[in-house]
Amino acid sequence: MVAVDDSRKRWFDEAAGPVARPYAVTGGRTRTGGIDLDLVTLVVSVEPTTHAQRVDTESAQLLWVCEHPLSVAEAAAGVRLPLRVVKVLLSDLIRHRYMLYQTGLRPASVPNLNTMQKVLDGLRAL
Amino acid sequence: MVSARSDRRTPPPAPSGLSLDATTLKILVSGGFGVGKTTMVGSVSEIVPLRTEETITEASVGVDDLTGIEGKTTTTVALDFGRITIDASLILYLFGTPGQDRFWFMWDELASGALGAVVLADTRRLQSCFAAVDFFERRGIPFVIGVNCFDGTQPYTADEVRAALDVPPHVPIQLCDARERDSTKRLLINLVQHVMTQSGL
Repeated sequence: MVAVDDSRKRWFDEAAGPVARPYAVTGGRTRTGGIDLDLVTLVVSVEPTTHAQRVDTESAQLLWVCEHPLSVAEAAAGVRLPLRVVKVLLSDLIRHRYMLYQTGLRPASVPNLNTMQKVLDGLRAL
Repeated sequence: MVSARSDRRTPPPAPSGLSLDATTLKILVSGGFGVGKTTMVGSVSEIVPLRTEETITEASVGVDDLTGIEGKTTTTVALDFGRITIDASLILYLFGTPGQDRFWFMWDELASGALGAVVLADTRRLQSCFAAVDFFERRGIPFVIGVNCFDGTQPYTADEVRAALDVPPHVPIQLCDARERDSTKRLLINLVQHVMTQSGL
């Protein structure tokens, strides 16, 4: 997606399988290169006004959509692209430091008592 | 390509004051097709449920295929989800699983790290939620069963549903109305309490 990205030259990786149209956006790539993005990982763009001009349309849309912290799932819904495509674009943006993401915070299966109590109180107050 | 401001899409409203180190939690709402999962998500969500899609690649089994390409099929699975901002440091996401129900079970990421699940059951076709019950049992994900009362009526008791579904006594079963905010709220509170009990909190 970014002009300087070498991986752009390699159109398909081994997981691409048959050419699926949504992946044309990512140059056929389906991997995020070790950047661990869950559905509920929060991401936020860095100076979208500057960086949106340096990337392709879809990535620019992602930068605008993520002006404020947003989950990966919300970002995907915002740009109307499949999740895996959005993750590849996000991982490129993260590598270029155009986007920040929540590191090391996989959703914990069982959060601590304090968090659970907050969830309970929050639900009761709805 | 130069991207002007006109490229902007309408972003889903972001929770105000949210920081990147906020805790995000996942709760799944599943069950058979047409049982009211998205309705339930929408009944408590602070945003109109959003939709996102994932493509799942299925490798064919037993195909002697050196290229690894021909033996794959791709399926699109849609997810509707909503959000409850508890406060600026804690957000709950509810994911419903409409569409091709038999495929979302292949989506490991969806269940990974999920706090728990609501299995919505429709007593007119109880078997349609068997797969979801199996899925969460096998993965050790705590779940509660919501028996959706269409038209406000429900010919069976919770115990009768429990017997029919063959779930152990510790799994909460609750009659509910997926359209009603208070009903969904009670179901979620029940789930969170169940998760706490199960994990010894």
